Amino acid sequence: MPGQVSPTPVQVGPPGDPSTGEEVPRRVSSRYSLQDQVFIHGVRAVGYLVLVIVSSIGLFLGIQSVPTLQHYGLSFFTEFRWLPSQDVIGISGVVVGTVQVALIALVFAVPLAVLTALFITDWAPARLRPTLVRVVDLMAAVPGIVFGLWVLFVVQPHATEVAHWISKYFGWFPLFHVRTDVDYPIWNQAPGYPSYAGSAFIAAIAVAMMIFPMATSVMREVFGEAPLGEKEAALALGATRWAMVRTVVLPFGRSGVVGGTMLALGRALGETISVVLVISQTFEIKPYVLESGTSTISSLIASSFKEASPAQLSALLTAGFVLFCMTLLVNSLAAVIVSRSRGREVTDL
Amino acid sequence: MTQTLTDRPRGPVRLAEATATADPRPEPLRRTSGRTREDLLTFLGAVAASLATTWVFYTQVLPFEGTIGFVVVWYVALVTFYAVLTGLTQPWEVVVDRVVTTAVVAAPTLVALALASVVLMTVVKGLPALHHANFLTQDMSGVRADDPFTKGGILHALVGTLIEVTIAVGIAMPLGVATAVYMSEVGGRGARLVRTVVEAMTALPSIVAGLFIYTICLVYLGMPASGLAAGLALATMALPIMARASYVVLGVVPGGLREASYALGAGRWQTVWKVVLPTARPGLATALILGVARAVGETAPVLLTSGASTYFNSNPVQDPMNSLPLYIYASISSGSPQMEDRAYAAAAVLLMVVLTLFVLARLVAGGRKTR
Repeated sequence: MPGQVSPTPVQVGPPGDPSTGEEVPRRVSSRYSLQDQVFIHGVRAVGYLVLVIVSSIGLFLGIQSVPTLQHYGLSFFTEFRWLPSQDVIGISGVVVGTVQVALIALVFAVPLAVLTALFITDWAPARLRPTLVRVVDLMAAVPGIVFGLWVLFVVQPHATEVAHWISKYFGWFPLFHVRTDVDYPIWNQAPGYPSYAGSAFIAAIAVAMMIFPMATSVMREVFGEAPLGEKEAALALGATRWAMVRTVVLPFGRSGVVGGTMLALGRALGETISVVLVISQTFEIKPYVLESGTSTISSLIASSFKEASPAQLSALLTAGFVLFCMTLLVNSLAAVIVSRSRGREVTDL
Repeated sequence: MTQTLTDRPRGPVRLAEATATADPRPEPLRRTSGRTREDLLTFLGAVAASLATTWVFYTQVLPFEGTIGFVVVWYVALVTFYAVLTGLTQPWEVVVDRVVTTAVVAAPTLVALALASVVLMTVVKGLPALHHANFLTQDMSGVRADDPFTKGGILHALVGTLIEVTIAVGIAMPLGVATAVYMSEVGGRGARLVRTVVEAMTALPSIVAGLFIYTICLVYLGMPASGLAAGLALATMALPIMARASYVVLGVVPGGLREASYALGAGRWQTVWKVVLPTARPGLATALILGVARAVGETAPVLLTSGASTYFNSNPVQDPMNSLPLYIYASISSGSPQMEDRAYAAAAVLLMVVLTLFVLARLVAGGRKTR
């Protein structure tokens, strides 16, 4: 693009005759100069091009699901097994697994994110604040595969013990039940029964590490915008710090908490590689989240795209489309909730 | 803004500056800190008591074991002791405040420990392979999984990452910034439509972007698994993200600047090129670098599209091309302990790359004071 541009002369009328001192009114024109027309149309063309590219992805995924639905019918949504060799394919199992892993990750990440955001805005000394914000941002850039490695080799040995302990004492609650003999020690698995490694619970730890920074930064921004006058008023009335936070910051930042949680959920649903590394893949619908074996839509795609026949590839694309619809729905809700808390700022000079 | 509120001055503050002239003796300094010696002693007492109690429980009374259990029991004991001790002298509100404070401090501490453990694990476990210089200068062709660390390296993966990310950014950045300029500076009904769709597509999971390119390019068009396909997949993922991030950055350019430019007689293009983009340049650069940092670490799109070579390949249109995340994934999946160590070393390099990009982003944005 040209760096140098000449001033546009069209809007300026002929100057008045300087000898008489008489001002001739300028002609004001609302027509764009040629340069501006080129600019506007050029940028618009690029915008529409991006629109076409981007929406063609959604359309393509949607169109691909037609042959799948014709072939497998509604059982595609109700069948939980994924047996390409027997032509039995359905996504209810992976959808349930996806939601399970994402929800457990939220259970870990959201309380930590809320507390960390509060710590950054209202507890930490002012000198530390920019550093803390930066560390959280940096954490957001850590690749998922590194968190996957960490969970696999550092967390999992401890997490299986915790899972064993929970299932031993709280196994009467269906969520914490593991279909094995809990009296067997962790290092000597009951033969022929599922173990505690590679469960939705452990995969969720990796996902929680992935979504924590995002949730924290959304919440921190909203908490930081809590009205200063009201905070000072609360403190001046003798409130403790927590009382001030409870009466001013949290009510003000409620939409930030909900919106940050939803955004994190959208991200958690699509997280792939850390889940693939950690889980042992099984296809069934079960509430037992501490038990070995689960699967998510993204782990299914990552593990079975290679051997897929055209029909199965179309089925995978349909699964991807379902995943996309889920994340789209969640993200849109989050955007609405977050934007409700604050209008687009009008900045003045 | 909030710092005026919560940050009381650290040191003592000299009061009654005006009366000092009348009284030659120095005014006694008053402590304005909200924390008294009693508060500190209460906390230390709670720490000591909880540690002792937990130790007794763990070693003498209960047949528990494991560090996680110890820390959990200790934390619960600490909060209990702290609350009870505070309750002896303070009203109920202060007790609640302190219990909440322990939680608010514990949460970021836990996360910081986790993050430190991630970095430490990567570096410590990667060190055996990493401290051989050939790890950065050789590829893996002809190297068996159980070969010593003096053979083989990740040069091919480093170069592959570089090429793929360059392709992705070369496609996504110009389109993304131009789209953002359209959405922010031109506007109109079409721009709102573009904005809605672009924002919706930021929800596209990276694995689905990879699957899309895999199906279109590799299956339908018959392209080979290559660096170009991987770059396209990364670009598909990054385009909506970059467009949206740039749009946000352009949105914070003060409207007054644009109006001033128009008032001086500049046209639309001149205003965008000479006023809006230069003002937003640090923000755009930061958004770009953070986008690159994200693309460097994405495994899922690359896994589907590039194929994993073991040999050096700098041609993006032919033959498979490896990349750092894919190398890590393949090495871990191989199950060999030597390859596992190599995976850690590669992860350490990947972390270094991301960290460098991040510091770069901070430096670019650093000179600017936020309004």
